[in-house]
Amino acid sequence: MIFLDNLINGLSLGSIYAIIALGYTMVYGIAKMLNFAHGDVIMVGAYVAFCGLQYWGLPPVVAILASMAICTVLGITIEGLAYRPLRQAASLAVLITAIGMSYLLQNVALMIWGANPKSFPPTFINSTTFRLGQLRVSSATVITILANIVIMVSLTLFTAKTKMGKAMRCVSEDRGAAELMGINVNRTISVTFAIGSALAAIAGVLLCSSYPILQPTTGSMPGIKAFTAAVFGGIGSIPGAMLGGVLLGVIEIFGKAYISTELGDAIVFAVLIVVLLVKPTGLLGKPVREKV
Amino acid sequence: MSEKENKSPLLEVRDLHVFYGAIHAIKGISLQVYDNEIVTLIGANGAGKSTTLNTIAGLLKPRQGTIELIGQSLGGLGASRIVPKGLSLCPEGRRIFQQMTVRENLEMGCYTRPNSEIADSIADVFERFPRLKEREKQIAGTLSGGEQQMLAMARALMSKPSILMLDEPSMGLAPILVEQIFGIIAELHEAGTTILLVEQNAQMALHVADRAYVMETGKITLQGPAEELLHNEAVQKAYLGS
Ligand SMILES: Nc1ncnc2c1ncn2[C@@H]1O[C@H](COP(=O)(O)OP(=O)(O)OP(=O)(O)O)[C@@H](O)[C@H]1O
Ligand SMILES: [Mg+2]
Repeated sequence: MIFLDNLINGLSLGSIYAIIALGYTMVYGIAKMLNFAHGDVIMVGAYVAFCGLQYWGLPPVVAILASMAICTVLGITIEGLAYRPLRQAASLAVLITAIGMSYLLQNVALMIWGANPKSFPPTFINSTTFRLGQLRVSSATVITILANIVIMVSLTLFTAKTKMGKAMRCVSEDRGAAELMGINVNRTISVTFAIGSALAAIAGVLLCSSYPILQPTTGSMPGIKAFTAAVFGGIGSIPGAMLGGVLLGVIEIFGKAYISTELGDAIVFAVLIVVLLVKPTGLLGKPVREKV
Repeated sequence: MSEKENKSPLLEVRDLHVFYGAIHAIKGISLQVYDNEIVTLIGANGAGKSTTLNTIAGLLKPRQGTIELIGQSLGGLGASRIVPKGLSLCPEGRRIFQQMTVRENLEMGCYTRPNSEIADSIADVFERFPRLKEREKQIAGTLSGGEQQMLAMARALMSKPSILMLDEPSMGLAPILVEQIFGIIAELHEAGTTILLVEQNAQMALHVADRAYVMETGKITLQGPAEELLHNEAVQKAYLGS
């Protein structure tokens, strides 16, 4: 029973990591950069939903949609203002800009919402607990896992079938060749940031539904874990983000339950190191192909 | 030639200068391509042939000079805005989308056209490249070198360009495939396609082309009817190995 309990908690936490990891992996695959500020977009998303629920009296679904809309605009703005001017710059300059953007978001959040942790209000997401014999599963867990599955399936279909999705795959493979097809690379990258940021908002709400303490650094640790998950699964790969996220969540919860609570995070990173030693491109990553 | 002088060119490049940082790669070249012509640009490795095509296609920005397509300036437009104007580049090294299927690659070539035209364009292209039709669902990265080159050319044709630029289409192919590629170029020409062809294989290029330009270290040093250059002593010595 405890084993099943841990497994379900692991799957739920892993689903949140997976949804965040998608943002990292898509941006990396298409814009070839690490958007270090992605974790902080989660935090902004959670705060916006918090305000919607607590201060503006919005129904939960509307608060979540507002949070997604604001994060989408935020993601597009960050990309356009901070990253686009550096499109031809060295990747180190882009990375440092992204780290700066991360601190900027945290400090702006500090100014607006203060340092005191806020308690995220309960919603339909965590309103019930299901009982299956001895097993007790919170609705937040079920909704998180379902959301993850729906998002994965939609994104997979989107990249496989739609014109914009195919354009993204082209830009990811060869930016110059994509331009030669008439694909507007900047617009494609903007859309990627928009999708990643909207998902970050969802992840923020789900995260705070399971772990309801909200402060300006709320996004940092899940952000780093999800980035790890993206690398673990093979950065640039959408199914890789799903697999990496879910595995990471399960490993973390099992590590904490059966080995050591303090060492839970260390175990996660140790597993990552072992995987990268055996398979440097991550579980589902494609080996980098030499250009002819 | 005299007849052509009366017509305005399809593509006109004037006094083009291109830099890579401090490297002055293209030092003031001018060239014209007229309707229904095959024009070839030959020259040694590093002469600046690819740089010229990439600049015309909008992948690189010129420091100076003008590029006009059908009398319309392309100045400063990026590649993605030039394609819909009717100019298509089949780049050096093919650069097909390795992880996509043959059909998806072709669809991407039609990106700027209405979706309703895709089926028609694909049917046209399959007629010219029957081999691709057999491989429609295959992942492009698993095609042979010759098939990949055909796919790259077919993809560039999908937008029905008024001018097709080919950068070393015979590179790395066995002699029999080189023959085949040049056969296709001649067929395209007969069907009315205007082509600007960059080639290392000067012999074949001069045989298929109407006119030619010879490039050396960023400049055009010789130009004229392909037939004439084929018998030019300097060209024979430098590029035809005789
Ligand atoms: N990205 C780049 N950065 C710096 N210099 C470059 C770059 N690309 C090309 N060059 C330089 O510009 C010059 C022209 O190169 P280009 O590729 O146009 O030659 P090419 O005639 O196409 O040669 P090849 O026949 O080998 O393809 C060369 O001296 C090359 O070293
Ligand atoms: Mg070249």
